[in-house]
Amino acid sequence: MGLVIKNAIVVNADKIASKPQDILLDKGKIAKIGGSFDGKSHEVIDAAGKLVFPGLIDMHVHFREPGREDKETIETGSRAAAKGGFTTVLCMPNTTPVIDNCMIVESIIEEARRVGLCNVIPIGAITRGQKDDELVDMFELKRAGCVALSDDGKSVVNSHLMRRAMEYSKMVGLLLIEHCQDPLLSCGGVMNEGINSMRLGLKGDPGVSESVIVGRDIEMAQYLDARVHLAHMSLKRSVELIRFAKSQGIKVTAEACPHHFTLTDDAVKHFDTHAKVNPPLRTKEDIEAIKMALKDGTIDCIVTDHAPHTAEEKELDFDHAPFGMIGLETSVGLTITELVEQRILTWPQMAEKMSQKSAEILGLASKGWIKEGMDADVTIIDPNEAWEVRKDDIASKSQNTPFIGRQLKGKVVTTILAGKVVYSTTPGVITSGVK
Amino acid sequence: MEWTKRHLLDLEGLSQEEIELILETAKSFKEVSTRDVKKVPALRGKTIVMLFFEPSTRTRTSFELAAKRLSADTINIAAGGTSTTKGESVLDTARNIEAMNVDLIIVRHASSGVPHLLAKNLQASIVNAGDGCRSHPTQALLDMFTIKERFGRIEGLNVGIVGDILHSRVARSNIIGLTKLGANVTVCGPSTLMPRDIETMGVKCSYRLEEVIEQSDCLMLLRLQLERQTQKFLPSIREYAKEFGVNKAKLAKAKKGIVIMHPGPTNRGVELSAEVADGEYSVILDQVTNGVAIRMAVLYLLLGAKEPAVVLA
Repeated sequence: MGLVIKNAIVVNADKIASKPQDILLDKGKIAKIGGSFDGKSHEVIDAAGKLVFPGLIDMHVHFREPGREDKETIETGSRAAAKGGFTTVLCMPNTTPVIDNCMIVESIIEEARRVGLCNVIPIGAITRGQKDDELVDMFELKRAGCVALSDDGKSVVNSHLMRRAMEYSKMVGLLLIEHCQDPLLSCGGVMNEGINSMRLGLKGDPGVSESVIVGRDIEMAQYLDARVHLAHMSLKRSVELIRFAKSQGIKVTAEACPHHFTLTDDAVKHFDTHAKVNPPLRTKEDIEAIKMALKDGTIDCIVTDHAPHTAEEKELDFDHAPFGMIGLETSVGLTITELVEQRILTWPQMAEKMSQKSAEILGLASKGWIKEGMDADVTIIDPNEAWEVRKDDIASKSQNTPFIGRQLKGKVVTTILAGKVVYSTTPGVITSGVK
Repeated sequence: MEWTKRHLLDLEGLSQEEIELILETAKSFKEVSTRDVKKVPALRGKTIVMLFFEPSTRTRTSFELAAKRLSADTINIAAGGTSTTKGESVLDTARNIEAMNVDLIIVRHASSGVPHLLAKNLQASIVNAGDGCRSHPTQALLDMFTIKERFGRIEGLNVGIVGDILHSRVARSNIIGLTKLGANVTVCGPSTLMPRDIETMGVKCSYRLEEVIEQSDCLMLLRLQLERQTQKFLPSIREYAKEFGVNKAKLAKAKKGIVIMHPGPTNRGVELSAEVADGEYSVILDQVTNGVAIRMAVLYLLLGAKEPAVVLA
């Protein structure tokens, strides 16, 4: 028995369907698009008035397991992902211990399978223990299930080591994801360096700490003919460098987060630690540059950098509160409200930025499209539903987001993973358990 | 005008009238400290806690004397020796103190925004005694009081603030307060210790001390934090002292009656020479004296004492 999505307006990266169709999901795959299916032999979901996207992919989340299960676990993170419309997420390796060996990779994959709400693909560290000293065993990590490596949370500062990482990962076939931030320049900064940091007396992180690493990695990728993916771009200058690199045919890709195209460092004005994030919230000019870069393809995908923290930690003074905010459950709403509604992205571009392009960058060949034969990962979105972000509705274990109280348009109504409904707002639809 | 504020967190939140009310109130209180019996009963029965997470001698003593001369009960907590070293958060520490029915907490902390964090979460009144590089409102108020005492006005005066502007909460608070009261402020210091975009705070910026000395009615020198040398802001203390230190020779071209101020503690031989610190232009000790009066005024206004200050004094 399969699952039929009736009256689906399919949104793929190349186009939005002109008329509704029925889609049959069977044996974990998209079996057939178009035609009519027998409602008696299949379970049926009616998607009339909704948009049907390829299952969304977020290639940048922090699930905190192992080590900080008080903030998030693979289970609670998977619930947040399913509720946010994500069928595949890539979790960053800055856990305790660091994801730098096959044992941890395998244990995460196994736990995610047991939970069964979301594909969770661990990202391995680039350097052992993220210590910027020696490379991880890349072949081993690849065999264990990794598709990408990152020292996220910090840059690979040692340029020589980064060169070797690029050369070696190219041979192995793993994507390198760089967190761009020169620590000698950011030098303990807790927010964007600018007028606000000056007035608040908070230590500023100058944007140039990001762009110098962007520049370095682009130059290295050019020299080695290697690939590099740049994480959470926050800055106009970074975008300009990437645009130039792409125009030269250099193999660089990049991602941006909803908070970096939504909020400026004004959000920090009253010492709101929920707006303390790394890289920091920047300026209006940077926001506009990020939006344009998403529109023209300079930035390839939207990620959340979902970074859960406990309320106790976020209650610390600004200097000592940890960086980061959760994002899985607000990403679709913010993208639609800030980009699609504002005519910056079209619906197909949203499918590209939130699914297809990430699949392509990561080499996930059976994901990213609503096409026959692809994995039956599907996200159904009501483009018109207006809603408010409420603390009580958050599925993640942590509630650290500056978006509480924000009005958004566009909501995930159903998430389907490998042909099974894992999240639905429709009463009566049987799901695997996310409220 | 009537005082309505519950906290003193910074000068940004105060109107020009409110600043002037504090200065006026302090005038009445200054006389109390010269009496034989240096005490008025204005805050009898009130409990004031001084919660200092950073070392301080002058400011803490000044606040304590101010509170005692108003008859409040005071407790001093030097937070090096409290639970914060055991991992308790600032807010937890403050909540515990407040639970003992405290009326007002005077807080100093190395992190900007801590007084705001407490004000947002506690019932007690909060007075900022210095937070990070952000704000030190009572210092700026006592500086303005001292200037006004000397010149009879603040409006139209040229005030130069010299030194490490980047890390100075005294500079930030004075910039905000002085510009609100109509002074022309010029900041001066090495470019590495000057915040980007400082002009957006309504001040002029100069790297030439001689030029600033020539035009100033009042020169406010800041303490150079020598421990910051490790962070490569300056080639050497020696060069700083030569270029940005004030000595008698450099004051030769100053306006007659120029006033030299310093929030203390001074590095003699660095930001100013001993002869200047102790010389005729220096009002450094007046600042200290006035600090008590200003803090009496602030505590008095915040704790909503009913009788007018003038009657008490």
